[in-house]
Amino acid sequence: MIKINNISKSFADKIILNGIDGEFDKGKTNLIIGSSGTGKSVLLKCIVGLLHPDTGNVFYDFRNFTEADKDMKSEIRREIGMLFQGGALFDSKNVEENVMFPLDILTKMPKSEKIDRVNFCLKRVGLEGVNKKMPSEISGGMKKRVGIARAIVNNPNYLFCDEPNSGLDPQTSIVIDELIMEITHEFDITTIVVTHDMNSVMGIGEKIMFLSKGDKLWEGSNHDIMNSGVKELDDFVFTNKIMKNLKHGTV
Amino acid sequence: MKGFGRYMIFLGSLVVRRETFKTYYHLTLEECIQIGIKSILLFMLVSTFMGAVTTLQTAANLVSPLVPKFVVSQVVREMTVLELAPTIMAIIYAGKVGSSMSGGLGTMRITEQIDALEVMGINSASYLVLPKIVASLMMFPLLVIVAAVCSMMGGYLAGTLTEILTPTEYIYGIRYAFNEYFITFALIKSIVFAFLISSISSFRGYYTQGGALEVGISSTHAVTTSIIAVLIADYLLAYLLL
Repeated sequence: MIKINNISKSFADKIILNGIDGEFDKGKTNLIIGSSGTGKSVLLKCIVGLLHPDTGNVFYDFRNFTEADKDMKSEIRREIGMLFQGGALFDSKNVEENVMFPLDILTKMPKSEKIDRVNFCLKRVGLEGVNKKMPSEISGGMKKRVGIARAIVNNPNYLFCDEPNSGLDPQTSIVIDELIMEITHEFDITTIVVTHDMNSVMGIGEKIMFLSKGDKLWEGSNHDIMNSGVKELDDFVFTNKIMKNLKHGTV
Repeated sequence: MKGFGRYMIFLGSLVVRRETFKTYYHLTLEECIQIGIKSILLFMLVSTFMGAVTTLQTAANLVSPLVPKFVVSQVVREMTVLELAPTIMAIIYAGKVGSSMSGGLGTMRITEQIDALEVMGINSASYLVLPKIVASLMMFPLLVIVAAVCSMMGGYLAGTLTEILTPTEYIYGIRYAFNEYFITFALIKSIVFAFLISSISSFRGYYTQGGALEVGISSTHAVTTSIIAVLIADYLLAYLLL
């Protein structure tokens, strides 16, 4: 479980996050949603420690990450797996080396064991036989899957996904979403997904936090998002005419 | 001053939260191959022509019959060891290796590869930059030695093939009144230049923000700043050590 308490962040005079509180449950896909520029990615970066919040704290299973010393931070970070928007695969390493990288750096596993683990993770994300391919030789969807395999290879307790569907076609997006949800349930990890993709919201949003202009306006699940009663969220969800008609029962 | 302060903090961050020696050993070897072995042909080519041209131009200026011919090769030696091999090669090194370091790190930054390392709990600055600096400190002095030898060989070929002076005269001039300290001085310069180029280029690349355009700008700044730093260091070292 991850808990955030009063997270604020500004860049120069611009307030990006304004005292965000919330809890992200273990074994669930927790979504942070909102329009572009509402501070979703900044909040995620504050949670994983890539940015230091101006105020507030982040707790990983009751361990204060924000105030932790370097050793404790390092220890917590080694329990984190993260899928970046563009995959963030290392260009100079092939698929196998990319997935094996956290094991090389963070563990003292024998090589054969590492290869078995890498093959298991690649199989889990539906990528077999691509071990020796370079990132430049695989598609965007495959890069995301390799990114997921790298994120889970070290058995993380926390999985973070920053816009996992960006740049993917709707079908591949659904595959990636389902994969993230399956992995979350299978390994019982705390997953936080930042997205503005409504398919993801409706498909895997077991717990959803809606941000608008740096404020948290709503929290709930995909089952009650349609009837939130929050105007900003309605504007976000029912963007096009078809969705608006659907809400008013005219389709 | 703010930039200089950030540079000093960046250098400090290279030596904290380090990974295992084995990790750095492999990375440093890879960098040695990347920046040393893959640069050697360019260095040999440039320095050979540099020596050849220096010989021809020195000979063209020493027209007095009172000046013995071996002075030509003596001038080539002094110019090569004191200035051409370390300093001119440093400028070429900044252009080839410095821009590559900056571009590589800048690309890693904008494609979130550096963030990926940080999230894994790895000190990305130390992991990525320290091997580059150590490899530069190891390889650049060797490249300077190779360049100095090739420059004098180039001078020999140009001088003897054009019959400006005989092989015996050239070798005599190369050995005449040789001051060993100049070799030490050249190596000290090469170590200082290697550190400046690799650290400044890495610093510029590591803090790139934006997109592909900014990566290009970082590379250009890396080369410009490195060259200015090399020239200032060159003057200071000559003032202090000669």
